[in-house]
Amino acid sequence: MPVHEFRVQVGPAAFRIGSRWKQPVEQLMLLYGDYPKPDIADFTVRLDAPSLLRRIVRRQVAIDGDYMLPDAVPLPFDQALLAAEMGMNLQMALGWRRHLLLHASAVERDGRALIMTGLSGSGKSTLSAMLGLRGWRFMGDEFVLLDLVSGAAVPFPRLISLKNEAIGAMQATALDGTFGPLMQGTPKGNIRHLVPPADAIARMAEPAQPALLLFPRFGYPGAVREVAPGENFMRMTQASTNYVAMGEAGFTAMTRFIKSVPARAIDYQDGDEAVALVEKLWDRLA
Amino acid sequence: MSSDAMLLVAALRDPSSTRVLDDNGWTALIAMARAEQLIGTLAHRLEYEPVPAKVAEILADARINSDYQRRSALWEADCAARALAEYPGKVVLLKGTAYVAAGLKAGEGRHIGDLDIMVARQDLPRVEAWLLEKGGWEWVKEDAYDDAYYRDHMHELPPLIHKERDRMIDVHHTILPLTAGPTPDAAGMLDCAVALPIPEQFEHPDDSLDYRYPLPTSFQPGKTYILSPHDILCHCAAHMIADGDLTGGLRNLWDFHCIANEMQNRTSGKYWHDIYAAPGCRHLYASVMRAARLSHHLYGTHVYPRQQRLVFTDHFFITRLTARDGWGRPTRKFVRLIFYIRSHWLRMPPLMLARHLFAKWRTAKEKK
Repeated sequence: MPVHEFRVQVGPAAFRIGSRWKQPVEQLMLLYGDYPKPDIADFTVRLDAPSLLRRIVRRQVAIDGDYMLPDAVPLPFDQALLAAEMGMNLQMALGWRRHLLLHASAVERDGRALIMTGLSGSGKSTLSAMLGLRGWRFMGDEFVLLDLVSGAAVPFPRLISLKNEAIGAMQATALDGTFGPLMQGTPKGNIRHLVPPADAIARMAEPAQPALLLFPRFGYPGAVREVAPGENFMRMTQASTNYVAMGEAGFTAMTRFIKSVPARAIDYQDGDEAVALVEKLWDRLA
Repeated sequence: MSSDAMLLVAALRDPSSTRVLDDNGWTALIAMARAEQLIGTLAHRLEYEPVPAKVAEILADARINSDYQRRSALWEADCAARALAEYPGKVVLLKGTAYVAAGLKAGEGRHIGDLDIMVARQDLPRVEAWLLEKGGWEWVKEDAYDDAYYRDHMHELPPLIHKERDRMIDVHHTILPLTAGPTPDAAGMLDCAVALPIPEQFEHPDDSLDYRYPLPTSFQPGKTYILSPHDILCHCAAHMIADGDLTGGLRNLWDFHCIANEMQNRTSGKYWHDIYAAPGCRHLYASVMRAARLSHHLYGTHVYPRQQRLVFTDHFFITRLTARDGWGRPTRKFVRLIFYIRSHWLRMPPLMLARHLFAKWRTAKEKK
């Protein structure tokens, strides 16, 4: 099989993506054009047809790589870019052991980081993208990497993954942004990728000390609630993909994070409301 | 870029062979090692090698991960030992968990998945009941045919999975399926099993112990065992050569290599001489010898001169073992298929295979 190869460095992680087809690699080259190209890859992601038949009729892409889920469902060929992104995320979630990995988004201001975590649909990704256009530095919308020694948040600014209503909202805001193709009917609805702002890519090796942790929730009347350390700890261990594997180092990093960073749960119904709420909490707590 | 996994074999055999690798060579080596579940082993082998900074980070990750696997494997064994506290017989740890529990070199950096234990066949009902009632394990398969198949024809109970921890336990009563040709002496293997912690020298059981890791608390002396120095090697060879389609073969062969060399040292070099008499070697001598030849050829295991020369069919095994490219993808589809068919052939006589496939086809049809 001919392999079309693409390499990209996102934060501290280097990826090598091999594809049976040229098209996904061309999309990746366009969207990741400003990112550094690594020499040695931390992870290999492979895009290939799940079977001979699916190479020809109703073409599909299987998500494959160094680390795999045994029951991963193949995606239609026009979602190959999503397959590449999911493949890269999977490598991080299953293979990364250099930091405590939090499933969260993050932005930075004055050298300090605001971290937002929550289930899919909580709006953490959209919020981080919006703040990234309003004077904050975007650090990542999927994973936050906590340094085991310093406790700093290390950026992982991969493409911003916009879903459903967030696509229209960001297209109206990020007028000169570079968007990927609109992928409809994915397992998570409609998805469109957005290239992060230039400073997010230029400064992706620059960590920031966490100063505030938020648990946003979209679709409820505006409210702020304190999150007690016990609940915070339980939610953050669930939000970490490698907490158990990291053993004592993971426990130490996690407890320090919980003890030193104030945490609030916020409910909101639209983006502007959320941004105002975040700014207010940041001024008061961070 | 190297076209097959000889790159990985060379790196494991002689870590200094990696000094000539360029960036693409390293990327290929790492992808292969991950695909063969040997990345942790590679990380241990390269611990004192000068490697590029990026590779050092990747290998450090692999060491953290193998420590985690070792820790969880011992924890699973500990949980099983507690569930079986009232069982008076021997509980023998097998494979990866045995290697790490005994502090054997084969356990260094090893990937460990399920917990494998072995008990006397007549005690299976009791052991199963304790694991279900006290341990919190439950049956994975509800299918009546599969369940009966395991109980009638296999060397282990149907796999059990833990309700909360989502980890599997395989309870063996021998080391090969009952339908396979060879029948190793299971009772003999249990008789010869060695209590943990194992002695540094097997001829001098009173010698001071060089034990690397603290044993879990529930491993009471005289309760938790590993197979004897010879049987543990026979099991490794049986698993690799006389059963299965050589998936994970390079790792199993690395186990074989480490065990053979280490036991050779621990028995002052008499090891190979006595292997034929081991209960686990019954009907399996040819498999052990094939594994020895392959292991010597690929990894440089110390064996007698007459075990060194490859026979014609060994070359097929080597072709299959190294069927992996620099992207971590399986290669040589046809050779893989032949070994897959062979694995079924080894497990079942033709008529039984036909009946089995018919039953499987009927259940698939009913489910539709």
